[in-house]
Amino acid sequence: MNIGVVVFPGSNCDHDCQHVFRDVLGQDVTMVWHKETSLAGLDGVILPGGFSYGDYLRTGAIARFSPVMNAVKQFASDGGMVLGICNGFQILLEAGLLPGVMLRNRSLHFICKDVHVKVENAATPFTSLCKSGQVLKIPVAHADGNYYTDPVTLAAIKANAQVIFRYCTSEGHVTAEANPNGSLDNIAGIRNAEGNVLGMMPHPERCAESVLGNEDGRLILASMVEGLKKARPQSVGSAR
Amino acid sequence: MKAKIHVTLKSGILDPQGKAIEHALDSLGFKNTANVRVGKYMELDLKESDQAKAEAEVKQMCEKLLANTIVEEYRYELQ
Repeated sequence: MNIGVVVFPGSNCDHDCQHVFRDVLGQDVTMVWHKETSLAGLDGVILPGGFSYGDYLRTGAIARFSPVMNAVKQFASDGGMVLGICNGFQILLEAGLLPGVMLRNRSLHFICKDVHVKVENAATPFTSLCKSGQVLKIPVAHADGNYYTDPVTLAAIKANAQVIFRYCTSEGHVTAEANPNGSLDNIAGIRNAEGNVLGMMPHPERCAESVLGNEDGRLILASMVEGLKKARPQSVGSAR
Repeated sequence: MKAKIHVTLKSGILDPQGKAIEHALDSLGFKNTANVRVGKYMELDLKESDQAKAEAEVKQMCEKLLANTIVEEYRYELQ
């Protein structure tokens, strides 16, 4: 599979993503500068973490107008798999590819630590290698990860099983204490209604190989590769 | 023409920065303060002399970029 990793000015997890997909999962990786206007030839797209445009104005608010984002929107509407991690999630929210918005963390602190998340929906191409209800330990690193949306949208994404990850205790209990940032309903990751776009605050690329002492993140990224392989005959990127 | 734009969180949306400032003010002895809200202030020059056109343009800027209207509201003055 050919995975495109979009590089915005201020992205800083782009090479981690490149490393995991290329060196750990054995896939081709293409780094895509944000001024590119085509994603032709790519099977899946990653919007990596970082501080695109210095987080000026709001996180992701300026990156969403980068030229590449028109291509990302087209890629997603054609059914292509898009994964936004941390700042990538924030960009997907600002771009309207996912519903809701990120507020400043409740504590006002930049939080950088391992957290536990519960896989709420394992029947997605991003989580197919996980078990439903499985608890993953993955690090977060953000100041604006306090997910918010209006009550009507929240009810809709819950009803549609779009909430994929929720912050929980190591035993899998979704509690207020296990919520690091004040996120509504402990939400750590959501997908779009169609199921081909996922945004998550935790960083799976930071815990995807045994040498790092934690491989939980690999489940998500390897699931995405499996999902792309299944979709290959209709692979949107290669078909264009 | 100059546009002065204020972007603030909608009422009812938790403002952690406002809360932190409120607590700091309280600990400094300003006991009469409540409901501190933090917002953004932006000003810009517009090459447009027609008031209605300028207003339409600034409104569009706010809707598209300057505010996220899910949680923020904006107001502006044109001079």
